[in-house]
Amino acid sequence: MNAPIVRVRDLVKEFQVTRGRGGPPAVLRAVNHIEFDINAGTTLGLVGESGSGKSTTGRLLVGLIPATSGEIELFGETITGKDGRRALAKVRSKMQFVFQDPHGSLNPRMRVGDCIAEPIDIAGGWSRGDRTDRVSELLETVGLPRAVAERFPHEFSGGQRQRIGIARALALRPEFVVCDEPVSALDVSMQAQIINLLLDLQEKLGLSYLFIAHDLAVVRSIATEVAVMYAGALVEHAPKTVLYATPKHPYTQALLEAVPRPDPDRVRSAAIGGEVPSVLNPPPGCSFAPRCPKVMDICRIERPAPRASGEGHAVACHLY
Amino acid sequence: MAAADNTTPLLAVDDLTVRFRTDEGWMTAVDRVSLAVGEGEALGIVGESGSGKSVTALSILRLHAAATTRMPTGRIMYGGRDMLGLSTREMRTIRGGEIAMIFQDPMSSLNPVLTIADQIGESLRLHQGLDQATARRRAVELLELVRIPDAARRVDEYPHRLSGGMRQRVMIAIAIACRPKLLIADEPTTALDVTIQAQILDLLRDLQTELGMSVILITHDMGVIAEFARRVMVMYAGRVVETSPVSALFRRPVHPYTDGLLAAIPKLDVDVRRLPAIPGSIPDPTAVIPGCRYSPRCPIVEETCRREAPELLAAGPEREARCPPRVAALAVERVA
Repeated sequence: MNAPIVRVRDLVKEFQVTRGRGGPPAVLRAVNHIEFDINAGTTLGLVGESGSGKSTTGRLLVGLIPATSGEIELFGETITGKDGRRALAKVRSKMQFVFQDPHGSLNPRMRVGDCIAEPIDIAGGWSRGDRTDRVSELLETVGLPRAVAERFPHEFSGGQRQRIGIARALALRPEFVVCDEPVSALDVSMQAQIINLLLDLQEKLGLSYLFIAHDLAVVRSIATEVAVMYAGALVEHAPKTVLYATPKHPYTQALLEAVPRPDPDRVRSAAIGGEVPSVLNPPPGCSFAPRCPKVMDICRIERPAPRASGEGHAVACHLY
Repeated sequence: MAAADNTTPLLAVDDLTVRFRTDEGWMTAVDRVSLAVGEGEALGIVGESGSGKSVTALSILRLHAAATTRMPTGRIMYGGRDMLGLSTREMRTIRGGEIAMIFQDPMSSLNPVLTIADQIGESLRLHQGLDQATARRRAVELLELVRIPDAARRVDEYPHRLSGGMRQRVMIAIAIACRPKLLIADEPTTALDVTIQAQILDLLRDLQTELGMSVILITHDMGVIAEFARRVMVMYAGRVVETSPVSALFRRPVHPYTDGLLAAIPKLDVDVRRLPAIPGSIPDPTAVIPGCRYSPRCPIVEETCRREAPELLAAGPEREARCPPRVAALAVERVA
């Protein structure tokens, strides 16, 4: 296996929020001491429900927002801390971002060709001819005809727009792409096309992905490893086949059980109660404790640290 | 209202066609859709965007803007009357009274400046003539019925104080306030997290049994259909392409679109190297496609499919499919 191109250690992100007019500021800890690696050419699937901190993690990773503490190393450069900005500038062109909403992320007044070439224009140093050739090449890569370059984003369906978003992300030949819910706004028949496209691109271009999603089935179809987030913390992390075969954390188990399967004979067990806690007032101890069917006394007092349990499987739970 | 006997469905939609005005002229959003819901039955309508599933549901309650919609044609029989012929006033007594509806986004369906008590009470005062105090008491009971913890306190709160899951519970409480005979649920769990979705589906199923309601559940999610519905209707580009008991549909889909849709769903329980995607895209609603609307994407397309619009054909017990080649193949198989 290759060396990791992404190393995250003890990463924390806090936001200051004011509650009510003139109220005292409160601290919202969106990302709570998380760690993971992503190896070259692989995909880490980051799974969680709303408010789990998965999107914040994605934004931290490409330097869109600064970390509160902890360390992010990309391609051997540490982009957090004192010299972070300079390090980030060095590696910025190697990474890109694909957004969930292909409607909101493309400028409606720009032709598709210009949308795709925007990163090229910002980077500079390309001749007109090279730029046009690159746009045609990118369109072909994502399975769209060349002529699309002259049209406007609104003329396309969600799936085609997501192809345009991916073409733009690939413009500067990145090695690492953060995909934040890239298929959750799409219809099922489009979803499969985009997942297959991302898999093809990974094979052809050797890309590494951080694939953020709430849909465990979608993640299974693309990830190499899977990390499960809950209320800002990583509760479980394992190679894909291990995680889906032997989920250990009670939250992962509940999450897998809750997914409706296209199988009318299956009888799902009753849903777990409660809701995702606010990260504004996190309960002491394990944040899943209030909903956990296997909760013990210690869970409400002490926050469990992630522990390795063989086969690259790590679980943050007092049961193990 | 007199209880219908077993042969008369609670609601029978016959040949419903709905047309919208667009910049490019009139567009047919729902094309000759027929469906029937029996008492206590759970019917699922599944389809992707532009399939016409939501428009069908909205049309049952005549909830379309008159300016951009031509009056739907066909018949919507409920309680022995055609709802398309009812006056606005008569429709108002049915809506929220005998037939209730919940929507995908509970935030935009709730009024942000009214308390939960006011909003549940509105329907009780309107349909059942309850006074303020009785309505409030009944609102608390309803919140308990939809399993909102601490209902007596929550009833006086405003919607923004509630999570998405709790808001959807409030919407359900409003919908069942007048003991409707039919609940139309349009993507009720799509905006919710998966653990909350499971809670809401559990709740809907329990309420259906407790109250003996019929439910029409509209969704894009085949998993939700498999879990909740007994019968299912698959829609594509404004038309019904297949109707079937749920178990038979999943065991063996007849229409190639149903086939493709089931195959394209990412699998949770097995590893699949590449998902068999359906090629092409969902057609633009204003596009004119001669013949079968699925023909441009269909893997078993034949010459006639591109010319002649197929009818729904019988394809087994309680099953129909709009695909002559497949239905013919099935018939041959049955003889052999």
